[in-house]
Amino acid sequence: MGADKKAVPFKGTEEQKQQLLEMIAGLKNERGALMPILQKAQDIYGYLPIEVQTMISDETGIPLEKIYGVATFYSQFSLYPKGKNQISVCLGTACYVKGSGDVYNKLMEKLGIEGGQCTPDGKFSLDACRCIGACGLAPVMTINGEVYGKLTADMLDGILAKYE
Amino acid sequence: MIMADEMKLVNVKVNGIPVAAPIGTTILDAAHMAGVKIPTLCYLKGTNEVGDCRLCLVESTKARGLVASCMYPLSAMDEGAEIKTNTPVILESRKRTLELILSTHERKCLSCVRSGNCELQKLCKEYGVDDEKLYDGYRNEFELDTTAVHMVRDNNKCILCRRCVGACDNIQGLGIIGANNRGFASFIGCAFDKGLGETSCIHCGQCIVACPTGALYEKDDTAKIEAAIADPEKLVIVQPAPSIRATLGEEFGLPIGTDVEGKMATAFRRLGFDKIFDTDFGADLTIMEESAELIERVQKGGALPMITSCSPGWVKYCETYYPEQIGHLSTCKSPQQMFGAVTKTYYAEKLGIDPKNIFTVGVMPCTAKKFEVTRDQSAVPGVMDVDVSITTRELARMIKRHDIDFTALPDGSFDDPLGESTGAAVIFGVTGGVMEAALRTAVEKLTGETLEKVEFNEVRGFDGIKEATYNVAGTEIKVAVASGLKNAKVLMDQIEAGTSPYTFIEIMGCPGGCINGGGQPLVDSMVRNFVDVRALRANALYANDAAKTLRKSHENPSIKKIYEEYFAEPGSHKAHEILHCSYVKRSIN
Repeated sequence: MGADKKAVPFKGTEEQKQQLLEMIAGLKNERGALMPILQKAQDIYGYLPIEVQTMISDETGIPLEKIYGVATFYSQFSLYPKGKNQISVCLGTACYVKGSGDVYNKLMEKLGIEGGQCTPDGKFSLDACRCIGACGLAPVMTINGEVYGKLTADMLDGILAKYE
Repeated sequence: MIMADEMKLVNVKVNGIPVAAPIGTTILDAAHMAGVKIPTLCYLKGTNEVGDCRLCLVESTKARGLVASCMYPLSAMDEGAEIKTNTPVILESRKRTLELILSTHERKCLSCVRSGNCELQKLCKEYGVDDEKLYDGYRNEFELDTTAVHMVRDNNKCILCRRCVGACDNIQGLGIIGANNRGFASFIGCAFDKGLGETSCIHCGQCIVACPTGALYEKDDTAKIEAAIADPEKLVIVQPAPSIRATLGEEFGLPIGTDVEGKMATAFRRLGFDKIFDTDFGADLTIMEESAELIERVQKGGALPMITSCSPGWVKYCETYYPEQIGHLSTCKSPQQMFGAVTKTYYAEKLGIDPKNIFTVGVMPCTAKKFEVTRDQSAVPGVMDVDVSITTRELARMIKRHDIDFTALPDGSFDDPLGESTGAAVIFGVTGGVMEAALRTAVEKLTGETLEKVEFNEVRGFDGIKEATYNVAGTEIKVAVASGLKNAKVLMDQIEAGTSPYTFIEIMGCPGGCINGGGQPLVDSMVRNFVDVRALRANALYANDAAKTLRKSHENPSIKKIYEEYFAEPGSHKAHEILHCSYVKRSIN
């Protein structure tokens, strides 16, 4: 639940920071500015790590906890970046009854992360998705858009190795 | 001026009882006017008004379905409404709501710190919840958050009412805690799930006194005291803060605002403390030092306004949120710490014993005092000024465990010399009290004349910010008093902007001052919502002051003696070494 202690190192650039500060300056005096600020901040950085949320807090005067509360309430916000390789496991009905839940759990175990998170080396991020229309191949997952079907947990090492 | 609209009344009936309530009155308040008591759980007036627990649902002929009475303002549309608060449908709904709350509540009620005064427990009993396991299912399990120096958060007992969040946010303006995640996964915590001890929490404990269940409680330090009392090597000294005498009785069923000073002294003796002294002595000493400091700053051009430093939650707030302004804080230690420092220096020397063998206990209205004792400001290197600081609630727990029948105790008295105090000291426990006590001494010092009327009514009362101007010996002194950090912020922003018109400011971290501190007895929200608990407690302190012969700190004979024998004069080099301290700049986390 909530944030992972071994976060991916923050790699924000000075340019991104300037973009963020300008964006906040333009919005902060409006009522209910936090949502658009968070949306635009996620557009800039791809996610909302503590460094970004702290900058937002400093600039707007909104306590960090309030920002974090909103960021963890809405599923559109992510505290983690996407990995170089983005894994998406289908937990739709067909895949699920064919065992995609086991595949998903196995991936969490192998990568050492929870769903929605990214490995500290930035190589893999893991998400669950709903039906991708490939039910005939259930259970399926995609890595960077490439589809892997009729999966079993013991196939995962071989597949992941291709992306190492 | 009251607008004409607000004067308009709306006529309704609550359980058949007619009420004419001003437009905008909630059904809950209108019912109270009719003498009908609607149960509430999440609602805490002024602190948490969100309507999320659904206990206070009622029926109205002018509303569809059941409505939350705490959040339903009566309008002209409700004219003639027949409101019912106790129909079978409502009673069933309340029971169901309680059963659902219990389904995710850790029911370790027997050993719970709140057993007996838990608001959830009370309501379950009242509404006949006879199967607490009815809706048992998956329950989130949480580790205890013990990272903070003063308190524990046990989210297994949290019912997500958000009263603690309201206290932190709406009362103190801090926003350290809030709801994280969503739906079934939601819980109350800090940003990025950090422990409370890793944040800028200022330890005020207002969240604890807001909590209806056993989810929040102070760290209990009574075992350390029991061990010290059992140790024959230790001379164990106790010092209760001014406000404790006005609140301790509540823990034993006495009416709010009963002054139990005498019984408290007897209880301390029966608990086995060696010396029964009084933080009020420390308060008188604080006034001597602080008024001298103020006069010096005014005459020599020091940082003004000078701000009081008695409230450790306020001090940490200033250090964290206004680090550039710490020069405005009086360098005086708080009364608790001054008193402790005196026991480890003057008193130890007087008795000829090693200060290491003196164990000084503070009984405080305050959880931030547990933080304060850990500050690096000891008068004797390696020896804490105060060894342990406990709350009023912990003291009551000790008294109960020691088979002491508190209400039947005869009145006792404090020991000499550090148990002697004046009326100026006892009012430290209420907002404006330190200011009033300081004025009583400063005015006499500056004018050289005896002050006949010692009351300074302008700084009394419970407005968030009070101000007054006094002309003292040709000098205009403009003062302000604030309690609750949201109010303190207003005065601090003025100082930061360079527009503060004041010479001297008193700030207390908790709204109303120590009588409403985070370590005080818990008062059921259904009482708190309609009774001004702060005023009742304050009256006990003002009455205590008024009954005293000596009402100015500098008239305290033991204070005069300690300056003669030890400190020479207020603000002396020795006084600075022992009674004053410095502050640190902190960053917001």
